[in-house]
Amino acid sequence: MIPTLAGPPVIEFDGVGLTYPGPPPVPALHPARLRVSRGEFVTVVGPSGSGKSTFLNVTGLLDRPTEGVYRLDGIDTAALGEADRTALRGRRIGFVFQSFHLLPQRTAVENVMLAQVYTGVPRRRRRALAVEALERVGLARRMEAAASRMSGGERQRVAIARALVGEPSLLLCDEPTGNLDSGTAERVLGLLEDLHASGMTLVVVTHDPGVAARGARSVVIRDGRLTEGLTGA
Amino acid sequence: MRRAPFRAGRRPRPVEPTVFGLRDLLDEALAAMLARPGRAALTVLGTLLGVAAFVAVLGLTATASGQISARFTALSATEVLVEDAPEDPATADEPYPADAEARLTRLNGVRAAGLFWQPSTGDETPLVYARPPGLGDPGEQLTVTAASPGYLDAVHAAFRAGRGFDSWHEKTGARVAVLGRAAAARLGITRVEEQPAVFVGDTAFTVIGVIDDVERHAETLLSVLVPANTASALWGAPETAGGMAPKLLIDTELGAARLIGDQAPLALRPDQPGRFKVTVPPDPKELKTGVNADLGTLFLALAAICLLIGAVGIANTTLVAVLERTGEIGLRRALGARGRHIAAQFLAESAFLGLLGGLTGASLGVVAVVATAVAQRWTPVLEPLTVLPAPLIGALTGLVAGLYPAWRATRIEPVEALRR
Repeated sequence: MIPTLAGPPVIEFDGVGLTYPGPPPVPALHPARLRVSRGEFVTVVGPSGSGKSTFLNVTGLLDRPTEGVYRLDGIDTAALGEADRTALRGRRIGFVFQSFHLLPQRTAVENVMLAQVYTGVPRRRRRALAVEALERVGLARRMEAAASRMSGGERQRVAIARALVGEPSLLLCDEPTGNLDSGTAERVLGLLEDLHASGMTLVVVTHDPGVAARGARSVVIRDGRLTEGLTGA
Repeated sequence: MRRAPFRAGRRPRPVEPTVFGLRDLLDEALAAMLARPGRAALTVLGTLLGVAAFVAVLGLTATASGQISARFTALSATEVLVEDAPEDPATADEPYPADAEARLTRLNGVRAAGLFWQPSTGDETPLVYARPPGLGDPGEQLTVTAASPGYLDAVHAAFRAGRGFDSWHEKTGARVAVLGRAAAARLGITRVEEQPAVFVGDTAFTVIGVIDDVERHAETLLSVLVPANTASALWGAPETAGGMAPKLLIDTELGAARLIGDQAPLALRPDQPGRFKVTVPPDPKELKTGVNADLGTLFLALAAICLLIGAVGIANTTLVAVLERTGEIGLRRALGARGRHIAAQFLAESAFLGLLGGLTGASLGVVAVVATAVAQRWTPVLEPLTVLPAPLIGALTGLVAGLYPAWRATRIEPVEALRR
């Protein structure tokens, strides 16, 4: 399914901020406005300690903002209970982590199928969908390899396939090339660009200006403040 | 199926809730266990021992008490003793009719019956000589027992030499004697072909048999047995001579003892059935439960301790697994797992470990019971009610052991877990 450009924005921050209660209170994310439309490739760049993690956690529904309204696919997340937030996270957001978070004993296809357990995909359909996702990331030939026997680049591509298999509205990547050498990183970034080209909405959080430049649009975060940066390279 | 479920009285959910199907739950738990087979094997050891002990103890108790009751069945359970207990001993007449033996053996279920008593031969314990008294033989202090021929059958006497006396000896009052094995040894008599004589006091008896063994009334082996009529003729009727009151020993068919106990007084004295005191063996079923209760409690306590240790082992391993797999927990939360899904998974894993221990333990317990029974040549007795639920006891142990680790797993914040 290719997301359409119509409909509400994927991410809509309306004065969203997160202040850790003190004393003294620590504002990790100052109230911000942000809009990511369907099909956009946005990078969020900032040095370590700038509030990138907080932004990622709030956007990924892993943490609740203390103020403002965050709408994901037009759904006001503040009004949701924990079960609904979990459901929204599992169904609408695909996560890609710096450290991959694969289960080492399982094969590539089993790792991808793990994402289908909680979304209630019928068991008999899972393998075909997982294979399809692995084909999309160019790993069709390594499907039955154990994750522990794969290279870093392969692991990250498995993780991307796992994020894609549920057809999320948003691919949320946290330093996706942080653990990869430059050649492998280049291939992963190329893959992300391909996904963007096919209509996927991407938000990549990174400290690396080189990675940030790959996005169609870049948002700078510094001291917990979001500011629109220069438009793509 | 992609439609959001709508329930009456509730606003429709913005997104369909995430789920964790039973098959998936079992798959994930099994996969986690198989991912570390060595650790799983060591973890289940405690539960395995506990359940094995549980099954073995109950099985061995049942097997052993089965043997005990079999022994009672073979001997005591077929023994009925009839004693005379008249209301007024002074006016009581002769308790047993002359044909008492015949009356009893006519009852269906009686294999043999015989009268016996120790006659008063004048002395407190009569001296028995192998040679005519007065020739310097100091004599042996042996019990003299008067017995009707059926008594020898009723004690299951097996003869080493010669034979027992029969109704002809009884009828004619023949002066014959049968010696028990020990009595014969003390008198120095081993063979009966030369018709050796023993002297009770001054009276000579021809030894016609030496008993090798008896299955009940072992004191017979140290006795000189003479026919009842012979004893009455020599030393007077038992009551009048003031010896031991005569008793009737009845050997019954298996399971007939209680019935015969009821019927014997009527058969003997239809006019005064109430004057007899009848001793019948206890009900084997009551006996068995008594033995079970005594033996079982201690060992079951031991099995419970083993299970407790097993539970602690599983709890420890599962807790370690929760802490080790923080990243995986965070990932699952990111993929849509709710706290309860995480808890269910760790509970299922610990229950699986317990079930594994329970299954292997129950098998080992059964093997132990059967091996013991084979070695002892017993019949193994395994109650389905104790063996079949044993693996479930293991699973329950694992489930309880997993409660705290599962709760800990739900407390792990996905944000923290994914930071690694």
